[in-house]
Amino acid sequence: MTTETIVHGVEWTIKELFVYPNEFIYWSIQIVMYPYMTGLVAGAFVLSSLYHVFGQKDLKEIAQFSLVFSLALLPVAALPLLLHLQQPTRAMEPLLTPHFTSAIAAFGIVFTAYALIVVSEIWFVYRKYFVEQVYELKGKPGFVNFFRLNVFRVLTMASFDISEEALRVDKKAAKVLAAIGIPVACFLHGYAGFIFGSVKANALWMSPLMPVIFIMSAVVSGIALCMLTYIGIMEWQAFWRRRRGGEIEASAIKGAEADIIDKSAKYLLGFLVAAISLELLDLIFRGYTAMKSWDILRSVMYGKDFINIFILQYTLGNLVPFILLILPGRTMKRTVLALLLVLFGVFMMRWNVVIGGQAFSLSFSGYMHYHIPVIPHSLETFKEGVFGALTVIATPFVLFWMINKFVPSLERNQE
Amino acid sequence: MKWHVLRPLWLAIGLIAAILVARQFMVPDDFGVHGDSFTYNYHRLSNVQEWKDFPAKYLGRESCIECHEENFQKNQASPHAPIECENCHGPGAGHPDDIEYLPLNTTRELCLRCHESLEYPSSRRADLPNIRNRTHKRRRECISCHNPHDPREDDE
Amino acid sequence: MSCSRRDFLQKAVGGTLVSALPLSAFTLLTVDEARAIVAESKTRWAFLVDTRECVGCGLCVKACKNENEIPYDAPVTRTWVERYVVTKDGETHIDSPLGGRDGFISDKIRDEEIDPDDITKAFFVPKLCNQCDNPACVQVCPVGATYQTEDGVVLVDRKWCIGCGYCIMACPYGVRFFHPVHKVADKCNFCYHRISNGRDPACVENCPFGARKIANLRDPDDPVTKIITTERVSVLKDEYGTKPHVFYLGLDANVR
Repeated sequence: MTTETIVHGVEWTIKELFVYPNEFIYWSIQIVMYPYMTGLVAGAFVLSSLYHVFGQKDLKEIAQFSLVFSLALLPVAALPLLLHLQQPTRAMEPLLTPHFTSAIAAFGIVFTAYALIVVSEIWFVYRKYFVEQVYELKGKPGFVNFFRLNVFRVLTMASFDISEEALRVDKKAAKVLAAIGIPVACFLHGYAGFIFGSVKANALWMSPLMPVIFIMSAVVSGIALCMLTYIGIMEWQAFWRRRRGGEIEASAIKGAEADIIDKSAKYLLGFLVAAISLELLDLIFRGYTAMKSWDILRSVMYGKDFINIFILQYTLGNLVPFILLILPGRTMKRTVLALLLVLFGVFMMRWNVVIGGQAFSLSFSGYMHYHIPVIPHSLETFKEGVFGALTVIATPFVLFWMINKFVPSLERNQE
Repeated sequence: MKWHVLRPLWLAIGLIAAILVARQFMVPDDFGVHGDSFTYNYHRLSNVQEWKDFPAKYLGRESCIECHEENFQKNQASPHAPIECENCHGPGAGHPDDIEYLPLNTTRELCLRCHESLEYPSSRRADLPNIRNRTHKRRRECISCHNPHDPREDDE
Repeated sequence: MSCSRRDFLQKAVGGTLVSALPLSAFTLLTVDEARAIVAESKTRWAFLVDTRECVGCGLCVKACKNENEIPYDAPVTRTWVERYVVTKDGETHIDSPLGGRDGFISDKIRDEEIDPDDITKAFFVPKLCNQCDNPACVQVCPVGATYQTEDGVVLVDRKWCIGCGYCIMACPYGVRFFHPVHKVADKCNFCYHRISNGRDPACVENCPFGARKIANLRDPDDPVTKIITTERVSVLKDEYGTKPHVFYLGLDANVR
């Protein structure tokens, strides 16, 4: 059998006891990555909206940054799907012939709408900067300047009015978009949860709570990632400033940072508590009602996946960061550790839902074990393996770096 | 009135228009709801005929009579009558015009499908004449002693 | 305030245009067209499996693979046979080696020896796509690549399927898989190319024991329809509300 005719899933699925012949782990690491990345998108946007809509002035800088980071994350949310599709050249079809009874089709529309909102909001926030850059770069020699000038020209969309009134209108528009964007971001991730929660064939996924659980943990992960990246960038910049001898500025940065991080951490904790409460509620209900699937689910959750669920996700990913964040005398180091654990915990939640849901057979009489391909030996084992996942993780940072060259989200004096 | 506020809206409308235009070119004209329900009948209509035109491979025993009447009659008069010719001789499509000889499976495994002894009460399997593969004339093909067209005959 | 009214208009126009997109996905039928389609189709295909007759020879699985060009050595199949062996200790041992493609010629189940004296009952259960009336797989397809025909068969459009796998996850019966060559979703379609041209499905024709039969439920003179409507039949997993149309005689409570 040539590599072209290998059944999708057979290379990383080990079956135990009785599993239907056609069952394999079809939704593997990229389907774990996809809700993870869309969750980061939604969370980053909600964090940014806390400033724009609810006027949390102290969050201004991180809000600026997380809005643009949310844009960098957006194409990366679609990347795992492109890597997973057996026919990626047909990826536009959900936009051309959307079958709206499917959560995935509706997602295509919501995703496009959300992308338009984020792009529009960034335009309103940075339009003044684009216009200023056009005036500044006009007439400057050199290819780089020529290139940048024209990029900014396009970005202004031929709108050069930066009078007080125009800027006030910009601000108002940004606020409206941020407000509309919150429910759309919730929809975006609610749909990801609905994709799983509505599958009645899967005993672990089927739950009305799934969309809400996904939204809560998405916001948690988004806030955590923004806080982490923000701290990382600020520390990096402070390090370089210190090296160049700017002592006083460095301590000023530290002070402002701490306040932002404090405020963000409070929101993080709130959503963290909500997320874990819903997940425990789901678990308790399942055990109490003990439906036909409970025997196999119990053996998967308390047996094979015990470490994945209770140690890695609930303890390391939820309980430990919770304690780390609420204990008094929180240092930046402790915060960073807590944030890393939170991000890990949310990833494990996605893993435990997607892979966990395929760990048992539809027959309820067998198991499937997932062995993620590490060293790729074919296109398939690259796309659906560790290196495919790493590609997805790395891409938003690359995109952010590129976008930041034209949309400076880390400047302190942006409005 | 600051009209520049509407620029992103024009962008959005442009994108949607582009998708609708792309739809005209990329979606087949017969794509739509062909039936009562959008849920269950949303598809490209011409696909139905494409499936109806899929080539059949098994022709059924009636198509074998014309040239193989003797074996056919023998088989139909024997306990192996319910077995299709193509069960052992493989699908007949293309024979004899394109395929001169149908590949014949003479392995023990083919006969063991029914005749390996599995002591299962409540299954019709137990009613069939059976042997234990492990202990019955190993290393010989079943057909060296048994005539598959009429298993009552001894070929020895 | 003029600003908020403008913003409102902005969103209203945008929202209307966005909703125009999904609406353009519908074809509008004239009244006569709609009536013609809604009128009773003369055919509704259904299947009857008699597990009391099945001996586990697996000739159906072999025939299906050959007829429908499913790569013979690939561990996926449009139809399969499961073996159930119930022992005195109440355990149910189940297997389906390669879907029963080579029959069942060993009494070991996954290398486990089972003493024949311990067996209380044992039987074989053929399975295939149930061509449900409310197919969950069709509901979740994001692009309309899978659908139900007027005569009840659920088909997959190989040229349109994007290979997302949602339909495979949504099927409670596990009948769907990715075709290893065409790289799209695939499943049993009752040999639609055969039944639409007066033949029986390959598995029905090639079963020597009459364990598999196809029926047209709308034809009162169909002998198989008579069995389905007059004898006691059951279906698999009816709790999912899919309304499966493969009926079973002799289906045991142990069947998964």
